[in-house]
Amino acid sequence: MNTFSSWSHDRASSANMATEDLPSDFDIVILGTGLTESVVAAACSRVGQRVLHLDRRSYYAGNWASFTFNGLLTWIQEQNEEPKPEEVRDWSGLTEEGEELIHLSQADSASITNLQVFSYVSEEEEEEEAANTTEEEKAADEEAVKESSETESADSKEDDEEEEGAGEEEEQPAQAEGEEPEADQPRPSPSSQSEPSRKKISYAQLVKEGRRYNIDLVSKLLFSRGSLVDLLIKSNVSRYAEFKNVTRILTYRHGNIEQVPCSRADVFASRQLSVVEKRKLMRFLTSCVEETEEQTAYHGRPYLEFLQDQQLGDNLQHFLLHSIAMVAEDTPTEEGLASTRHFLRSLGRYGNTPFLFPVYGLGEIPQCFCRMSAVFGGIYCLRHSVHCLIVDRDANRCKAVIDSRGQRISCSHIVMETSYLDRSKVATPSRFLSRAVLITDSSVLPSESDQQISMVTVPPEGGSPAVKMVELSPSSMTCIPGTYLVHLTCRSVGSAHQDLSPLVTRMFRTTESQEEDRRPSVLWSLYFNMADGTASQVEGQPLPSNVHICHGPDSALGHEDAVQQAASIFQSILPEEEFCPPAPNPEDIVYDGDNTSTGEDRGDMGQDDEQNPEQNQNQENRNQNQENQNQENPDPEQNQNQGNPELQSVGPEERPASS
Amino acid sequence: MHGRVKVKTTAQQEEEKRKEREKKLKVYVAARDACFSKRKDGVFDDEALQLTQQLLSANPDFATLWNYRREILTHLETVKDEDEAQKIYEAELSFLESCLKVNPKSYGSWHHRGWVSARLPRSNWARELSLCDRCLSLDDRNFHCWDYRRMVVKMSSVPVKQELEFTDRLIGSNFSNYSSWHYRSTLLPLLHPGSPEPPPSRCGGDPPHSCSPPSPQTHFHRVCEEQLLKEYELVQNAFFTDPNDQSAWFYYRWLLGRAEREEMISCAYVSREQERVAVTFSRPVNAQSGSLLLVLDGQPQRVEWRSVHPHFKHSPVWISDLPPGTISDIANEHNLTVHWTEKHTHRDCALYTGRSESWCRDTATDLELFRSELSVEKTSVLQSELQSVNQLQELEPLNKWCLLTIILLMRALDPLGYEKETLAHFQTLKEVDSMRSAYYSDLCSKFMIENTILKMEYAEVRVFSISDRNLTTLCHLDQLLLVTHINLSSNQLRRLPPQFAMLQCLEVVEADNNSIENLEGVYHLPKLEEVSLKNNKISTLADLQPLASCPKLRRLDLRGNPVTQTANVESELAELLPSVADLLL
Repeated sequence: MNTFSSWSHDRASSANMATEDLPSDFDIVILGTGLTESVVAAACSRVGQRVLHLDRRSYYAGNWASFTFNGLLTWIQEQNEEPKPEEVRDWSGLTEEGEELIHLSQADSASITNLQVFSYVSEEEEEEEAANTTEEEKAADEEAVKESSETESADSKEDDEEEEGAGEEEEQPAQAEGEEPEADQPRPSPSSQSEPSRKKISYAQLVKEGRRYNIDLVSKLLFSRGSLVDLLIKSNVSRYAEFKNVTRILTYRHGNIEQVPCSRADVFASRQLSVVEKRKLMRFLTSCVEETEEQTAYHGRPYLEFLQDQQLGDNLQHFLLHSIAMVAEDTPTEEGLASTRHFLRSLGRYGNTPFLFPVYGLGEIPQCFCRMSAVFGGIYCLRHSVHCLIVDRDANRCKAVIDSRGQRISCSHIVMETSYLDRSKVATPSRFLSRAVLITDSSVLPSESDQQISMVTVPPEGGSPAVKMVELSPSSMTCIPGTYLVHLTCRSVGSAHQDLSPLVTRMFRTTESQEEDRRPSVLWSLYFNMADGTASQVEGQPLPSNVHICHGPDSALGHEDAVQQAASIFQSILPEEEFCPPAPNPEDIVYDGDNTSTGEDRGDMGQDDEQNPEQNQNQENRNQNQENQNQENPDPEQNQNQGNPELQSVGPEERPASS
Repeated sequence: MHGRVKVKTTAQQEEEKRKEREKKLKVYVAARDACFSKRKDGVFDDEALQLTQQLLSANPDFATLWNYRREILTHLETVKDEDEAQKIYEAELSFLESCLKVNPKSYGSWHHRGWVSARLPRSNWARELSLCDRCLSLDDRNFHCWDYRRMVVKMSSVPVKQELEFTDRLIGSNFSNYSSWHYRSTLLPLLHPGSPEPPPSRCGGDPPHSCSPPSPQTHFHRVCEEQLLKEYELVQNAFFTDPNDQSAWFYYRWLLGRAEREEMISCAYVSREQERVAVTFSRPVNAQSGSLLLVLDGQPQRVEWRSVHPHFKHSPVWISDLPPGTISDIANEHNLTVHWTEKHTHRDCALYTGRSESWCRDTATDLELFRSELSVEKTSVLQSELQSVNQLQELEPLNKWCLLTIILLMRALDPLGYEKETLAHFQTLKEVDSMRSAYYSDLCSKFMIENTILKMEYAEVRVFSISDRNLTTLCHLDQLLLVTHINLSSNQLRRLPPQFAMLQCLEVVEADNNSIENLEGVYHLPKLEEVSLKNNKISTLADLQPLASCPKLRRLDLRGNPVTQTANVESELAELLPSVADLLL
């Protein structure tokens, strides 16, 4: 697992150690560490609420998580395991007169389905040292692809094809290889050393360097002027993360990948557009920022009709509809214009595209908010959950919870992710997302720079839905040099494989093909369906009014849904408080009994000695623990996260991002 | 309360800041005083280097300290060996880098960096160039850095091609950037020099004259056609993408423009009656420097040159009076040569027997004078440029840059043929850009005057008539040296400017129905006989004062001017202008 999980382990173990010490009274108990829950946690802690934030998983962020390659394999394995039968225990000893229990689910509900894994890389070069891990992976693979016969055949074919394919591929920049410090990689043959041919990546190598992958379960981007970026800036949470610009917008049109000119510089530099098209496109983009009477006349009519009437050619209509507005042909004009404006507003704030992507993957974002919560006193436990809620029958309010260690913890509000509810209370999701994750060997549109992060829109075709594809290069710190990480997402029609594999076969090489094929090869792929969070519904008896449910990731490209959800939950818990006000500068924080505020005693920060001595003790233990951990266990993986040191540290000390 | 973070109040913060500032100021002042006293004592040691460094990193615009630092460094250079000096200077460079991070637009830091880079025993220009790259990528309009870059490029002979590619990159990322376009305009002629323009055709009929061959310098900023076409494409991409961005349009103007005309004598005129010589230059010169020589019948003449109006130190027209009796005998033939020694150019003019005047000149039509705004590229090239700009105008009918460029292209192609369209476009321009309507009126006046000059030249007459054309200004008056009759009636002129005095042959002025209130330019016009200024705004007798310098004035029409209401106007005028016999009030 990558570094954040070492934080998690730590957290979990410190919580274990502190089992008896866990306070029995909180303002808010939050279950699940997805984006929505984490934002709520940060917002509540920030305004002084006592927050207990639990996740029954061993990692942060739930369905919003990013995994290393090996971590992902473990996750795949977990998804395929039979859920353990729920243990029924009698908690009546902990309840009082007039109290009633609501049991919670102890295992993930079926938010992930139709998991399929395909590997197209040679496994022959496996070295002995890697044997242990790979056996495990193989097991995972076998389980994962039970129903797929394609895997074996693809694997066996792949060896020969790889040999041939290597020579004719695009030139792989030599320095990317040169940067590799590891000396124990499989040596290339002398002949291949002389010419810069693409190095073949073996499965063993994927496993061995797997920790350098950060593979997101949901694929989203941040609109530069979207609500998440605003929130990150407003709350100062942005100091915990780094971002890269998405460098280009691509689209799939007439079987080719084309660059979508959307910024002024793009339009200027575009070679596909005539000067007149450039003018028309620019004029459209500038004119649609403001609402005009002409636009109003098209309300209720399809956006495509509006575009057609603007005398824009086919190519411009395609760009505007599918890549900029990212809506369907029959979307009403007002909606199409609204998403066009959203896109345009975000354009140029940080770069030539409207999108940002967090370095080290999207899983960083929920953790940043968790960190903010921890800085303001939130208590974190992983692998720790709640068995049941204790409800005051008369008031129909939840008074307390019984945690997975049988401790009764009072609280005034519960926030939980849908999957913590007992299955009988949740309707079977009506909508799913189809997801595919590919590790490929080159970009879908090679360019001068091999550090492009591309957003690719694929319009709907025939019965197949529109697909959003994000291609991440190693510069995003989500994959190893020489490979690209490709995320495909669409609304499900069938299974993820049914929905997405036809497109993958068209855009990538998955089988042995003719020599003139310049498409990127898929080295490894994963398909799965994830429930669309916005489709989940609570069934049966209504929950107590102080139990707040967060649904999982939605299908949209941005993060508007999660942020809005968190804001409205926060509003209903604390209607008088500001949502995520800017965090003060570390030097402006006054510590109790410490007027010098040198920051040396930061372990005490956020703690009130008099009222909560035990807690303080606990905190110190934890810091101690962390120090030991760092000394005893110099994590070799920490090097990976050099650009992002905040997340490595565990204690609640405030570390402003070095500017 | 658990988890509640206490934050300092604003007052606390400010108080702390204030104290900190005070402390800083104390340290700063002490260090400054120490530096000054050290400098006074002529101490050039490492400690002084340290002190100035501290001060300058706090305030990089302290020029005295930079000077002191240079003194110290120059001194250290003399006592240290080369390796040590190299080290000291390299340390200086990294110090400067930190200064530039604090203030990337500090004059002192950039200047000092240039000084250090030049003195560095083993200079590393590549590093300097990459520093410029970095700085310009952060702020592509930092002119300090542009200056420094040009110096680095010059010192290290960076290939022009490489620099051109650099501008490609900058323009690609943001084409609203004068600096990059301008840099491009200095690089292109070096990389793709154009062939010299064909020398202007000579005037026929008149005695041959000579002018020096075009010097390479006048064609310095031209670019070969192949590259020009590529540039047209590039800049079109820019103005089609954003037609409101002026930087691209200005670059386009530069691309279409042509070299300034070289300095030469375009006309020599001699009048027997006035015993006067007038010389016209292609551009304003100062002929009082002694560089303009007059040779009459092989004899150098000692003459005084004067401009037509005391207003002008530099003027395109210069006149001198010959000693009385030199050419007054109508039976004699005279050969006259004027030499302009500054440019080694001259012009001959023969005054034949029986002729009262003579001249030798290049005409405006010969020189394609009024195409000088735009280049003499092949018509086909200009035609296709006009087409594409017209295409843009269809899409953006109200874009001022587009309209103005169309007008200029039309003028370059066929000024008379496109006159109607030009006027219509000017009308639109004044409407869409009303803030600059006066500018457009003046420009339109200029073009109308040019067209009228062309028509006059084609007709080979000495009458210049441009009435009812909404003229707001007069220009190109040096081209009208030979005109005898001028009709400026029914325009919007407010004055006859000093340049009007260049019309040395003028006999009749009609300028009725204008708004003229100033007659400065009707000054020492030797042949002027009739002035008609009906319905203008001349309000005082003093305004008529210049007319007194015209010896032959005999008819003056002032009807419809406020001045006619002045008491005793008739007698006052009779006194002021005794030669006027025919006064209409």
